Amino acid sequence: MQLKKKKPPVNLKAALTIAASALLGTIPKTVVAAENTTKSKKALKDSSWDFESALLFYSESDRVSAAEAILNGQKTFENDEVLNLKLTVDVLTGASANGAAAQPNVQTFTRPSGKGSYQTQVNETPLDDTFKDTRVQFNAQWTQPLAENYTGSAGVHISKEYDYLSLGINGNLAYDFNQKNSTFSVGLSYFQDTFEPEGGIPLAFASMPAAFGSTIDNSDKKADFNASRRTDSDDKSTADIMFGFTQVINRRMIMQFNYSYSKVDGYLNDPFKVLSLVDSTGIAQDYVYENRPDSRLKQSLYAQTKYHFEQNIIDVSYRYMWDDWELDSHTIDSKLRVPLSRQSYIEPHFRFYKQSAAQFYQPFLVELNTLPEFASADYRIGEMRAYTLGIKYGTTLSDGNNLSFRLEYYRQDPTDAGHKALGALSEVDLYESVNAIIAQVTYSF
Amino acid sequence: MLIHKNYHLTIYAPKYCTNIVKYALLSAAIFLASGCASLGVEPWERDLLAKDEMALTSSPIDSALDDHIYFSKEASSGGKSFGGGGCGCN
Repeated sequence: MQLKKKKPPVNLKAALTIAASALLGTIPKTVVAAENTTKSKKALKDSSWDFESALLFYSESDRVSAAEAILNGQKTFENDEVLNLKLTVDVLTGASANGAAAQPNVQTFTRPSGKGSYQTQVNETPLDDTFKDTRVQFNAQWTQPLAENYTGSAGVHISKEYDYLSLGINGNLAYDFNQKNSTFSVGLSYFQDTFEPEGGIPLAFASMPAAFGSTIDNSDKKADFNASRRTDSDDKSTADIMFGFTQVINRRMIMQFNYSYSKVDGYLNDPFKVLSLVDSTGIAQDYVYENRPDSRLKQSLYAQTKYHFEQNIIDVSYRYMWDDWELDSHTIDSKLRVPLSRQSYIEPHFRFYKQSAAQFYQPFLVELNTLPEFASADYRIGEMRAYTLGIKYGTTLSDGNNLSFRLEYYRQDPTDAGHKALGALSEVDLYESVNAIIAQVTYSF
Repeated sequence: MLIHKNYHLTIYAPKYCTNIVKYALLSAAIFLASGCASLGVEPWERDLLAKDEMALTSSPIDSALDDHIYFSKEASSGGKSFGGGGCGCN
């Protein structure tokens, strides 16, 4: 046993560098030759890959939990060309509001697959607890100088979930002037997404069919379920254009302004969301699938400034977004980086978000009224305020690598945009708040 | 009976305010852009701006994770960077 040669410690950076280079088919000879030798350090330095990894947990009380891991590798070549590769994996599980209103009685809903049902207790917001998904995402971005003062960048994106595929490309051109104190940029991106939800895509405003099981003959119920579906899959495209302007104000201050124009076309419904169809006493008689327009035009203005005080750095940004669903939003995000020593810092974070409701948002539908052209009870397009309060601690380790921890509290407060709650609905909470904790560890090496 | 909207408050008023905000921000951007020739620093005055923590996106990983959370939970996305697709969550 004592004669057994001790295994050298695994050099994560070396392994990842070789993996990333192999992926590109460009393993430097020096790396191959130097593997497991004392020259490996120098070879790795020459190949200059920098890695950053992060693990994030997101957990809502009684609702969704998610874990997300990111590994980002960046290599700078001669002539300032930069290649960035990023792999993201996330796992989602838990319950999500299905859009139906809380009621003074127990409610039963069919699962999205049609196989089986779930119940919601008295006065509780209906949550569909079948959410479970794993997503893998890969991004590659190449940036290089094109001519004096011009920098170009191009990238690809692919992400796959069990029921969702997203493919994207982007390009960006930046022009520096005024001694590189000012930069204009223009960027384009295009995404093509395909959605293949469990149980197919429901017809707009179709009644939620009864669940079918597998033990008894359910051919009628299966036929009803199939009759509520129009297709198995649908897609959407997103085209974005963004104009940016960055300006150095003085030795301590830099500002950025962006204008974005985004056009989304295709299937924009959430196939898992329903609306309660209530009678004049506010009691649900039926649940119908939502229907949103098949296009959305979003625009936004964004301004950010960073200021370096003697020690601290403040980062404040504001975004105003508006769209043709008559939804608009204001977002203020601020961070203050406070050094604790030469190696460490803390960074408090505060974010405030406020949105108005989409024109077709309705917390429920009333039986006697004519059915509108579009309707959704998804609280995420309803009137809402949200707050994030967080703190980050970062430190540089003795080997020069960086480690940081982030802990945040996120709260959403949906609000009433002027919908009169009928009868029993005035006794229940139609706009339940959502509380979440976000915890993250980041390690750069 | 369901009151769909209070049209005076919910639709017209925000639209009016929306335009004011839009023009104010655009004017501010144009004003700043036109006055920018006199702004900035000499190359040897970039000691603070050159720090990693003074980059506009000083932690791209935090930004990517935040974008994903807020894209999934709110009706807005992008602004700082592209807010495109890539997720079936909204």
